[in-house]
Amino acid sequence: MIRSGIRAARNWIHSHLAPYWKAIRTPSMYYSLGFLTLGGFLAGVIFWGAFNTAMEATNTEAFCTGCHEMNDNVFAELKTTIHYNNRSGVRAICPDCHVPHEWTYKIARKMQASKEVWGKIFGSVDTREKFLKMRLDLAQHEWARMKANDSRECRNCHQYDSMDLTRQSPRAANIHQHYLGTGENTCIDCHKGIAHHLPAMAGIPQG
Amino acid sequence: MRHALPLLIAATLVACGSRHEEVPRRAPSAPVTITDAGQQIDALRRGVPIDKEASPVLLPRVENFDRRRPVNYEMQPPTIPHAIDNYQLTVNTNRCMLCHTRSKAEKFQAPPVSDAHYVTRDGKVLEEISPRRYFCVQCHVPQSDAQPLVENRYRGIEGPSAPEAAR
Repeated sequence: MIRSGIRAARNWIHSHLAPYWKAIRTPSMYYSLGFLTLGGFLAGVIFWGAFNTAMEATNTEAFCTGCHEMNDNVFAELKTTIHYNNRSGVRAICPDCHVPHEWTYKIARKMQASKEVWGKIFGSVDTREKFLKMRLDLAQHEWARMKANDSRECRNCHQYDSMDLTRQSPRAANIHQHYLGTGENTCIDCHKGIAHHLPAMAGIPQG
Repeated sequence: MRHALPLLIAATLVACGSRHEEVPRRAPSAPVTITDAGQQIDALRRGVPIDKEASPVLLPRVENFDRRRPVNYEMQPPTIPHAIDNYQLTVNTNRCMLCHTRSKAEKFQAPPVSDAHYVTRDGKVLEEISPRRYFCVQCHVPQSDAQPLVENRYRGIEGPSAPEAAR
């Protein structure tokens, strides 16, 4: 039974796909080498540009806050913090912290983020109550990610080497020197909940 | 039907256009300051003419020098000598206790909360801060460089303003 099935599949592949395979392997009969090379190059450029443009479109604040789950919960909270509103007007948008800036890591994160599309379709946090219930879970994912990559997204802007410790308050300077400077801790170990409200933190180390 | 599609597209594009109104941005008008606020009898307008709008006073800056301040009277809750902007003190988490809890105080060189803060009103000693002491800023507050509206001759029991005998 199984063997006949395999045979049938092989026959199907042979009869349906073999002509295409043959066409791909045969040299072109009508188009010049120059056309094919340049055309292929141009098509590649256009495809790549379109791919990157589409990906960058998903990396904007308008896209991230396009659904009410983000807009009414986490984005509303961000607005009260220094990462949205401060004296110099430099601010972080969602992907500055939540999407790696380097291409390889960005693609990896984007693939993980496709789970959020699933969540959106099936409404996993479509009410405030559901969101609050899941908040600890969601937050722990982000903390784990930041802990594992040594707070890479924080350090895109906040570099320890460029911190003027004398301009920090004495307690901040002291702690940064002892724990961040020595590499003993990373940003997220102490700076949880700097941009969003915290979930119930009982039993979770915060510094 | 053939004409419906372009119409539909045009209608969609119009509907998607920006609808918010631009608010014109103007430079602030000349300030109308309140003078001698503490002495004004008119508590609402404080002497500002009815056709003018008073400019708000500058926001005071929170003192952020990390040295303990002297207390003004016995049993005064010590004031907070640092900024606590955006520290989350909610039912979920207590940012203050990150450093001021007794087990962490030494590590962060922070004054630990007193033992009394671990006792419930029934006299039971807890491992964590007692719920009745949970919201730190009910008693402990940061201080700013705001100038008092009225003169105050109160002298604390310690510090530079204390009477000679008590120092």
